[in-house]
Amino acid sequence: MKKLLMFAVLAFSAPLAAQESAQLDIMDEDDGGGLQVTVTDDSLWEDLGIAITSFATDRDVPTSTNAGSTRALGRALSQVIADNLRNNGLFKPSGPAGLPQPGYTQVPAPDYPVWSLRSTDMLVQGYVRVNPNGRLTIGCYLYDVALQQQLGKAGWELPPEDWRRAAHKCSDMVYSRLSGESPFFDSRIAYIAETGPKDRRLKRLAVMDSDGANHRYLTSGQATALTPRYSPDYRSIVYLSYLNGNPSIYVYDLEANRQRLISRSNNPTFAPRWSPDGRWILYSMAIAGNTDIYRVSANGGQSQKLTNAPGIDIGGSFSPDGRQIVFESDRSGSQQIYLMNSDGSKQRRISFYGGRAATPEWSPRGDQIAFTHMAGGFRIAVMQPNGRGLRHLTNSWQDEAPTWAPNGRIIQFFRTQRNSGRASVWQVDLTGRNERRLPTPVGASDPAWGPVRP
Amino acid sequence: MSAPLKIGPSVMLLAGSLALSACATKAPPELPPDPGPATTTDSGPRTLGPAPGSQADFLAQLQGDDTIYFDLDRYNIDAEDQAALAKQAQWLLRYPGKRATVEGHCDERGTRDYNLALGERRANAAKNYLSGLGVDQSRLTTVSYGKERPIALGSNEAAWARNRRAATITID
Repeated sequence: MKKLLMFAVLAFSAPLAAQESAQLDIMDEDDGGGLQVTVTDDSLWEDLGIAITSFATDRDVPTSTNAGSTRALGRALSQVIADNLRNNGLFKPSGPAGLPQPGYTQVPAPDYPVWSLRSTDMLVQGYVRVNPNGRLTIGCYLYDVALQQQLGKAGWELPPEDWRRAAHKCSDMVYSRLSGESPFFDSRIAYIAETGPKDRRLKRLAVMDSDGANHRYLTSGQATALTPRYSPDYRSIVYLSYLNGNPSIYVYDLEANRQRLISRSNNPTFAPRWSPDGRWILYSMAIAGNTDIYRVSANGGQSQKLTNAPGIDIGGSFSPDGRQIVFESDRSGSQQIYLMNSDGSKQRRISFYGGRAATPEWSPRGDQIAFTHMAGGFRIAVMQPNGRGLRHLTNSWQDEAPTWAPNGRIIQFFRTQRNSGRASVWQVDLTGRNERRLPTPVGASDPAWGPVRP
Repeated sequence: MSAPLKIGPSVMLLAGSLALSACATKAPPELPPDPGPATTTDSGPRTLGPAPGSQADFLAQLQGDDTIYFDLDRYNIDAEDQAALAKQAQWLLRYPGKRATVEGHCDERGTRDYNLALGERRANAAKNYLSGLGVDQSRLTTVSYGKERPIALGSNEAAWARNRRAATITID
């Protein structure tokens, strides 16, 4: 838990390279960077020849990172960036293996003719060095080779153990400059790690970076843990545990390393969700078999009941502006998706398709709602908030529980295998292409993607 | 269905004792007393069965009716369930000091959150029916496991039907 604390004190405004005086952590908006204006279709970005070179260093000295010396770290940084861009189906980057390695002084002044000869369209260069205080300074540059122009640059000073964050921030800068989309790589995922046979499965709360690195188990598995959600500030996780025998929602404070029940009631509570500003938690509580949705301040206190229809009202996901909540109810006889204002008023059904519709999650961009569509198979689907524009993104036996990337362009979910019940976390982009399984040490379910880290 | 299973171990235990006494010919005075006569002081056919009023006894008496089954996405108590719950109530009324938990379960073909709520609804339906038959509400608790604890492991209609259930567990 202590390590998480250190993330909070990161400074991203530190000066970049020695040879440059005034630096921006993220590029200014009027930098004219050629592509983001015209590129709107993923397939066009994919064709870009983008070279990710090993990050250079001024001196090859040992670091206290798990990557080794600054030279090895420079290579590891560019490898993380290349993997990020490649694994998400966004680009087909080359490097760092097999590419020329720019020297430290070439980082801000690339050798354009060399890259032109190699038919490189876009070039990523960077450097890493160790400061006297032991912290790292890592810089990242993006160049358009044909224009012979710098499209973006960014730099970070950070503790050695956080080096991967610089690679994610650099990936985000490259991705944002080339696609015009918002960043998402520097984010974390909470999920449930699963081991053991179907009838005696161990379920543990676990967290990892967006690329699966920095994996950590947070609970022992002694009590079944389900459905975690990171708070927007990453300081706590709300989740369900059978710790006291009955399913109950706990708020787990990651800094203090302790947890508290969200409700003092003996009634079971399920399906916890944060509001986008982190001030509220939605949860569902069953009283005498009837489940309704409640809202409570993240600091505790009195809960407010938002639904009171007979039947099961459950889940809930706020619109990005916090004014509306999309939720699930079987008041019509089967699971369907409904909208309400955040005070519980104006409840109305929005899903009118064959089959059942469940686990709605509002996109951070506000324009789409992802959900589980159960009509034969369980498929991940999206629709507009008015219920129109249904599109299926996956087609498998059982895909369930979508969660959005911070930029609303990618959805993670979990897929369960028939018979064995083995579960794994997958992701798919909004086009429905580029589906891939996330690397997790053991089985995985209930993913919850947090926002871009501050 | 569970009654023969419960008798099995007792028979094996008895057989084990016989085997022991047959082998231990050298020191007859040190042998423990024969377990057979001690248990036959009980009346009726439960001679070798579990202690009256225990969970084992509940299972033996109910013969599978400790669990009721539900249709897809349903939680209503049908005629078959009523007969099973009547037997459960009869047992619970005979042992008024015993408490019980009703566990609600679902099949895997539902989403996780909803299944937790549905399992709770099923457990409550069974609890309410037992209470209607005179079992004090304060003796009954419910817990939902949603789809987390399947009893049948396949992914087919037969397995799903067995997993959509409410099982009553008495607390010794």
